[in-house]
Amino acid sequence: MKLPLSWLNDYVDVDDLEIEALAKLMTMVGLEVEEIRLVGRAKPPGDMHEFKYTGISWPVDKFVVAQVDEVMPHPNADRLVLCRVNDGTDEIIVLTGAPNLLEYKGIGPLGQPLKVAYAREGAELYDGHQPGRKLMKLKKMKIRGVESSSMICSEKELGISDAHGGVIILDDDAPTGMPLVDYMGDAVFDVNTLPNMVRDASVLGMAREVAAVTCRELREPDVSLEMDGPAIEGRADIQITDPELNPRFVLGLIEGITTKPSPYWVQRRLNLAGMRPINCIVDATNYIMLELGQPLHAFDYDILVERAGGKPPTIITRTAEVGETLTTLDGVTHSLDREMELVTDTAGPLSIAGVMGGEESEVNGETTDVLLEGAAWNFINVRKTVSKLKINSEAAYRFSRGVHPALAEIGVRLALKRMAEWGGGQVSQGLIDLYPNPPEDPVVVFSASWVNDSLGTNIQPEEMADILRRLAFECHVDGEMITAKTPPHRLDINQGLVGRADLLEEISRIYGYDQIPSHRLNQPLPPQHVNHQLMMEENLRDLLVNLGLQELVAYRMTSPEREERRFPPEYDGPYEEYLEIQNPITVERRVMRRSILATMLEILEYNSNLDRRLAFFEIGPVFHPVEGQLLPDEKVMLSIGLTGVRDLPSWGMDEPPVMDFYDLKGVVEGMLAGLHIENVHYRAGEHPSLHPGKTAQILIGDTVVGFMGELHPLVKANFEMGEAPVYVAELEFLLLLAAARTLFDVEAVPTFPPVLEDLAVVVDEAVTAAEVEAVIRKGGGNELKKVQLFDIYRGAQVGDGKKSLAFNLTYIAPDRTLTDKEVSKLRKRIIDLLGKELDAELRS
Amino acid sequence: MTGKEAELEKLAQIQTEALAALADVADEGALEAWRVAHMGRSSAVMGVFSRMGSMDKDLRPVMGKAANEVRQALEAALDEKRQALEAEALSRSLETEKLDVTLPGRPVRRGRLHPLTQVLRRIFQIFGDMGFQVYPSPEVETDDYNFTYLNMPPYHPARDMWDTFYTKTEGVLLRTHTSPGQIRVMRARAPEPIRAILPGATMRYEQLSARSEIEFAQVEVLVVGEHVTFAELKGTLDDFARRMFGEYARTRLRPSHFPFTEPSAEMDVGCFVCDGHGCPVCKETGWLEILGCGMVHPLVLEYGGYDPAVYSGFAAGMGIDRSTLMRYRIDDIRHFRNNDVRFLRQF
Repeated sequence: MKLPLSWLNDYVDVDDLEIEALAKLMTMVGLEVEEIRLVGRAKPPGDMHEFKYTGISWPVDKFVVAQVDEVMPHPNADRLVLCRVNDGTDEIIVLTGAPNLLEYKGIGPLGQPLKVAYAREGAELYDGHQPGRKLMKLKKMKIRGVESSSMICSEKELGISDAHGGVIILDDDAPTGMPLVDYMGDAVFDVNTLPNMVRDASVLGMAREVAAVTCRELREPDVSLEMDGPAIEGRADIQITDPELNPRFVLGLIEGITTKPSPYWVQRRLNLAGMRPINCIVDATNYIMLELGQPLHAFDYDILVERAGGKPPTIITRTAEVGETLTTLDGVTHSLDREMELVTDTAGPLSIAGVMGGEESEVNGETTDVLLEGAAWNFINVRKTVSKLKINSEAAYRFSRGVHPALAEIGVRLALKRMAEWGGGQVSQGLIDLYPNPPEDPVVVFSASWVNDSLGTNIQPEEMADILRRLAFECHVDGEMITAKTPPHRLDINQGLVGRADLLEEISRIYGYDQIPSHRLNQPLPPQHVNHQLMMEENLRDLLVNLGLQELVAYRMTSPEREERRFPPEYDGPYEEYLEIQNPITVERRVMRRSILATMLEILEYNSNLDRRLAFFEIGPVFHPVEGQLLPDEKVMLSIGLTGVRDLPSWGMDEPPVMDFYDLKGVVEGMLAGLHIENVHYRAGEHPSLHPGKTAQILIGDTVVGFMGELHPLVKANFEMGEAPVYVAELEFLLLLAAARTLFDVEAVPTFPPVLEDLAVVVDEAVTAAEVEAVIRKGGGNELKKVQLFDIYRGAQVGDGKKSLAFNLTYIAPDRTLTDKEVSKLRKRIIDLLGKELDAELRS
Repeated sequence: MTGKEAELEKLAQIQTEALAALADVADEGALEAWRVAHMGRSSAVMGVFSRMGSMDKDLRPVMGKAANEVRQALEAALDEKRQALEAEALSRSLETEKLDVTLPGRPVRRGRLHPLTQVLRRIFQIFGDMGFQVYPSPEVETDDYNFTYLNMPPYHPARDMWDTFYTKTEGVLLRTHTSPGQIRVMRARAPEPIRAILPGATMRYEQLSARSEIEFAQVEVLVVGEHVTFAELKGTLDDFARRMFGEYARTRLRPSHFPFTEPSAEMDVGCFVCDGHGCPVCKETGWLEILGCGMVHPLVLEYGGYDPAVYSGFAAGMGIDRSTLMRYRIDDIRHFRNNDVRFLRQF
């Protein structure tokens, strides 16, 4: 809410406070000032400010109240006039085109001079002829042969509003020569109102907080009202159908009012508060809403009588009937449903309760008699209506957060009084007030020591009570115990335990969070629990980073079409059920992802032109709906993606080769070894996304934990990727977690020297390296510590359909140096076994 | 002159000539030639030895000794010369062999953690040092956990504070904050005291722009015990802020509202971009909002299985993306999940 400080000062003295100090203390009490707009007042000195300032100041020597003594025609232009202006020190001729001065043109010296806001040469103000707010400086210039260097200002030029239809005419008692800032300089705080502090979406509400925290006096508005018209009794009636939805309904009547503009100071305040002045009737309802926080609605009484067939109208509050519609005063026609609370009369709907009035019964330029509604509504019902109809209003903003029914009557009284003041007319005697469901204002009992125990403070019981009294609670102190009765303007205080917490907040807020001491936890350390999953997840991240990979963090939301790109175009896989989002931001993100591989491919695609080597991994959940289970499974998956050159190119070096399947396998092996997972093996496998001949299943024991391979050419064609083949792996994290070992055996570092030798064998092409290695290990027994493939040869020397595999073998015995004789015996055993099991021959 | 004197004279002559020749030697090749010429098998000094047999018997010991001395002297001179030549060669090579040290190094591509992980780990570390443990919680939640158990029954006005993605499964939504994890950890641990942090992805219905994301990381902090105070909330979060943002980081707590805490506060930290002078990052206020916090609401304790008459607690929640964005003055929040290598490489 926008709060003009001059208005705030009506209820609590703040004029003596620095703008910045006031903004700070409001912020620290929960009324966060988001911006300070200067409308004349000076920005505090210094360059350290804690708020954003906008707007302009009116320096005392540049802006003054002046009087126009005569409006004379311009010699060369019909639309311009020359004003003889007295600014308190000099008489100046000021040129202006303001349409609201034309009527005074050429009638000679004015009997009653016009008071205006006058800016002297050199003043900085907004350019009235430019859209938006552009600053300009007043300079001497000639318009159609007449020189002018100063200006009579419009609201726009002074930064009060966007109105530039004419210059401001001040009230006649404005003192000529007075600095304008002293006469009507202001600053407007843009205050962010917290959801539980809607009572403070009003000038009075904020004044109460300021008064409480500064220990100043709060001046409540005077609700006394002169009711000198005939009694309202019998002129209208109210029927409330459901007191749960409509706890109170108050009607007042004023007759013989003139629908004219409000006084200038009212218009100015409304403008500063962000509301457009309309006429004195509408302005009065808006003014009271801003002042008190109670939205009001003014009906044209004569229209209601007409709708009632010439009889006194009966206002009926009820929910809408099927098929009912209402055109609200913004011109929109709404279809209503049976949950929506309405204000109606015998002829049908008049307004949507607490939200917006109907077009037909609103006040207009001819209105003379006003029936004024002040009501209370169920906030949940208003919320539902607002969210269904997708409309909003200042009234709905307040009613949907809860307005205390006690304010209805106060609001009606204050508004009737303002209408009579600003528009004339007679207020009818009495109000019609139906109040079937008054809320119980909670009484909360708590002990001061409980408050101090909760806050870590040492506040005396009397001081706590005093804080609450300043917020209008009725308090009774009995030793340690404090009894506090909630004031009848707030609905945010509950009973019992919750009420105690509510008051704890009120006390600490006004006492000041910055006054509460700060100290370290003074609690016993809770039992510490093992979190194996987190530890391994972090460990895995480190491992993959150490292997040279970049971690990714990716969106969870995607679309089935996006995920389908990971399959070849003709692929016809099983149906995949997605967790679908009901209100997606775009169709592109309308489900929760099922495949971490799909994400990886998208990110590889995005980066394909950005680097010559891409090496990524992601650890994150995929979401699989499960029959008979409310929440989906959030399965943590690991994906790896590699493409491009193995090493980055460098000067003076050959062009590096591109990565192949075995680069990916090296990463997978390194990772699994780093997790101390044993019994890992790989076998040729199939996967719809991968090249059928270049796919491996990754197994731990008999469990397939994932797969890896080269992206299928048809899948690759679904993406815009570079020429280099793309390698991806996908593994299930929980399966790795189950196999990973944090405790593992460490072998003794050998004390006897190893015996190294090479062994090259020729086998059929179909025999895999893993099979050969397994047989070698079997033959070599315990002394054979290491078997490492170092070369593969195919060619004439070994014959068609054959290949030669060469291995480095390392023999070590833990307790002695192995003799040549022992080693050659082992070697023979290996060769025999290879011949027997794999039909392998020693390559000579 | 006796024969002996003549022979000795000759030897001295050999030595003098050899040493004179050595002085002219300038490189390893010439040195080797000199060695062959003056110390080799057919050299003059070696000739003396080979002629020894034909010498007078009484002359032999004297001549043998003298010839040996000459040979040793030549050897010593040779060693000295060789060292001198080596030293010279080394200093020449040190002088002439010069690299262009400004040429780029051979690139080594290191792996990296995503910036969000890096920041999360720092937070884990800081709270870990204070005895907090990480507790995992799901990203897809029930309406009850995300709202109702956090003191936001259906149609509660505070539900407006979060723009929510609902799923087509009734009562299931994408969590709008990590706070539902509070209930989960409480239900798992009650009645133990708790110091937990709950990290993870959260989702909000926003229009994607440079300033707003639909998915972002949060960390929730929760303490539950028998006498947890607001003062401890302040102390713990102050310590966190100083370790996170610097030893001299200024902080302030400002009243705020969250349905699941009461009293509630926002914690601001002195803007680390402008040091409090005002800049666009802190919107000219000198303060940056880094987290929301407060004392756990009694109803939330109750939903979590703790008797609010006995237990109290505090909670805090912070967005990781936004504070990282501010810290590094990143122009677009979407960079975090776009995973552009040109962005990721900088961390």
